[in-house]
This record gives sequence, C-alpha cells and structure tokens, in this order.
Amino acid sequence: MNTLFGEKKAEAKKIVLTSVDQYPEAPISLGTTLSNFTGDWRTFIPVVNEDKCVKCYICWKFCPEPAIYIKPDGYVAIDYDYCKGCGICANECPTKAITMEKEEK
Amino acid sequence: MEYKPIRKVVSGNYAAAYAALHARVQVVAAYPITPQTSIIEKIAEFIANGEADIQYVPVESEHSAMAACIGASAAGARAFTATSAQGLALMHEMLHWASGARLPIVMVDVNRAMAPPWSVWDDQTDSLAQRDTGWMQFYAENNQEVYDGVLMAFKVAETVNLPAMIVESAFILSHTYDVIEMIPQELVDEFLPPRKPLYDLADFEREPFSVGSLATPADYYEFRYKIQKSMEEAKKVIKEVGREFGERFGRDYSQMIETYRTDDADFVFMGMGSLMGTVKEAVDILRQEGYKVGAAKVRWFRPFPKEELYELAKNVDGIAVLDRNYSFGMEGILFTEAKGALYNTDAKPLMKNYIVGLGGRDFTVNDVRKIAENMKAVIEKGELDVEVDWYHLKR
Repeated sequence: MNTLFGEKKAEAKKIVLTSVDQYPEAPISLGTTLSNFTGDWRTFIPVVNEDKCVKCYICWKFCPEPAIYIKPDGYVAIDYDYCKGCGICANECPTKAITMEKEEK
Repeated sequence: MEYKPIRKVVSGNYAAAYAALHARVQVVAAYPITPQTSIIEKIAEFIANGEADIQYVPVESEHSAMAACIGASAAGARAFTATSAQGLALMHEMLHWASGARLPIVMVDVNRAMAPPWSVWDDQTDSLAQRDTGWMQFYAENNQEVYDGVLMAFKVAETVNLPAMIVESAFILSHTYDVIEMIPQELVDEFLPPRKPLYDLADFEREPFSVGSLATPADYYEFRYKIQKSMEEAKKVIKEVGREFGERFGRDYSQMIETYRTDDADFVFMGMGSLMGTVKEAVDILRQEGYKVGAAKVRWFRPFPKEELYELAKNVDGIAVLDRNYSFGMEGILFTEAKGALYNTDAKPLMKNYIVGLGGRDFTVNDVRKIAENMKAVIEKGELDVEVDWYHLKR
C-alpha cells in the first residue's frame, strides 16, 4: 500500500525558498500539492476515531490534497500541513470514523 | 558572406510575413482579422509553395491562437502569430500566460481602433490596452521597421525570455507598399540562431515538470519581481541587439527613443508608430520656417525607456506628446507614462498632450505645423492652455 509519506513528501516539505535568487526563472515544477502547504486555510479539523475505522481507505482516495496517509499499522492519519479542512473525508467515511471539530488556534 | 540586401516592394503585412519566414518560425497559429489577414495569408502561401517548414495551426479564435503558440513555445518551438484590435483583446488572458510562463513568442499586432463604433482603421488603443500583460512592445514607423522589428524581437525575446509584440499601423503600413531591404537567409541565420529554450517540455531526457502551476502567496510575488528584472535587463539587450543589427545590416536601432534633430530644439514632438514619419517630414519643413523643433519617436514602449526620456527632456523647454490612443477618464497613454517617468527628476519641460488620428483620422504635415504654432505660444506664455487637446474635434 502506498503510504505517500515516504521520502518524497519529506523532501517536498524541505523546499521552502527564502531568497528570490533561489527561484527558477519561470514558474515550473512549483506548487505541486506536496510543496504547497495548505494547512493554514482551515477552520474545522478532521479527527480520526480508530475504534470505528475499518481501513477501507475511501477517505484516502477522496482527499484532494496529500493530507491523508496510511500508518504502518494500517489505520489512516491526517497530515495537518496539507489538510484544508474541507470535510470530504468525514462526509465520505462509511462508518463515521472521521468527525470535523472546530480547531482551536 | 558580404551583406547585399534584397530589395523588394512589399506591404507592411508582407514585410511581417517575410520576417517570420526569415526568422525560421516553426509554429504559426492565427485567426484572420482585418487588417492583419494578409500576414497569415502570405505565411500560408509560403507553406503551400513549400518555401517554409512551418506548422500552421488553424484555430477558431484568437484566444486559441495564443494558447496554441504558448503550447508550441513551451515545447521549445519558435512561435509566431498576428492579430488586430478585437482579436488582441480576445487574447488578453492568454497574453498573461505567455509572459508569466516566460515564453518568447513574437506577435505582430496591426494597430486598429476598438469597436464600437466598428472601425478597421489605425489607432493604438488596442495594443496599449495590453500594456500590463508583460509583453514587450515595439512600434514600427514604416514597413522596413516591421521587418527589422520582428527579427530583432525574436532575438531580444529569446534572450530575456519574455514575449514581444511588433506594432504596425492599420492600412497606413499594413496595406501600403514600399521598398524594403530584406536580409539574405544565411545572414539572418547568423544574426538569429535557433532558439535555445529555458525549459523545454519536449525534452524527454529530463525529469517531468509542470509549467505555470499553483503558487501560493508564499511564492507568487517573487515571480512578478523576476519579470520586472528581466524587463530591466531587456533594455540593455534591446540596445545591444539594435547596435548589432546596425553593424551587420546598416540600420541602427540602439536608441529606444529615436531622436531626430533634437540637439538644439526648443521643443520636440513625441509619439509612436507611423505618425512619426509624418512628424519627421514636418520637422524638416518647420526648421526651414524657423521653428527649432525636433522629433522623438518612442520605439519601445515596454520596457519603457525612462533614462533616454530623461536625457531628452532635460534639454528641451517643451514636449508635445502626440497620442493616437486614449485612456478614458485620464488622457493619452504615452502622455501619462512620459509625465510619470519624469516626475522624480529635475527635468521639467512643459508637456502638452495632443490626441490625434483616433480611428484612422488623417494626420498630416499641416497638422504638425498647427500643433507647433500652438506649442510655441504655450511655451512663450509659460503655461498650458489645456493639458489634453482633442486636436481634431469638430467644434
């Protein structure tokens, strides 16, 4: 099973350009879903209840960002650097294992 | 190889088509619109006769024409198109995509008035309305400058990775025949070698990459700055390429503002495009009549030659800015730009804006004389009568 939380993702997280000279001349290969942190957009935050999770991975398939990953134990978890808080995962979860809760900032 | 020009009688549009041919463009995508049509007809003829190895992409609109050029240019090709007025307006969104993705596409825009009322005649408002799209703009005075401009534009564009627009006047140039000197293909090839793309989507050896994808607020800003840096660099490149063109082919384009008899002038006429040919003619006549006048033709409107304008402005008492265009709610567009460029300098000539020739209305030597008389009176009095003069208005 592809966990999508391997080396590539860790590498992408390191790409933070801090000086204009580091940028390519043209906007290429920028803004992949991995290097764009979209985690500061949300108001609500998905929380996984492993007691209800049946490891169907429907949430993982539906997530429009690389925000859901599969842990070695087979349960899903959320990478909050990417989660916009859209709630699609909670809506699609057949066992209601994911709930959206107001995030305290 | 010694340079022996090929003299040919061509319209401005054919000059553009021949320049595209000689530049060895690989992809042309265009939609016919008066008065641009004969440019792409001529290119289609080159292809039909087997004179050119060009992929012609027939499209259903100008928006698609530019989209096709963007795809071709991103894949490493030398891409060309041409349009006018409403067609250029329809391209507007795509113009940003071309410059933002840093693609050196070259386009000929045949200046035509915007409708309504429907008009197919000369007016610069169409091209100047694209001022902020990140395209360089060169205004040609005559058919020779259309031809030379296209060749130079490719070289400049491919050096700084920004697209460029060559602007010629509807009918006054596009459909009027004149002798021009064309350059033998081998010498064009020396001047303009094949394009080396910055990034090439068709390079299958390198890792896959995406073009123009999302940039969040954390990254977008820096790309805008990079375009501005390249525009500044383009000023140097334009002068170098213009000088090289002069050394190779005898016509020097190293000045971004071409000055004509300005050295001891009391005041100068400033403008762009074909109307400046009339002005130069008038300057010669007015000089004989005792007016100390000169002409300043703005060749490159983007990047805007601020420094050259300053050098001009500090030595004259007045500048009559002739605008064949208008920004509603303000004034002529070149007038705004010129005043703005000088505001923080110590050059403070009296500047007056004359709106002339909109929608193709004739602008003659006699009109320049009347403007000279008025400008002289304004300077003697030391104050403007009106700032913006709708010169032709039927009162």
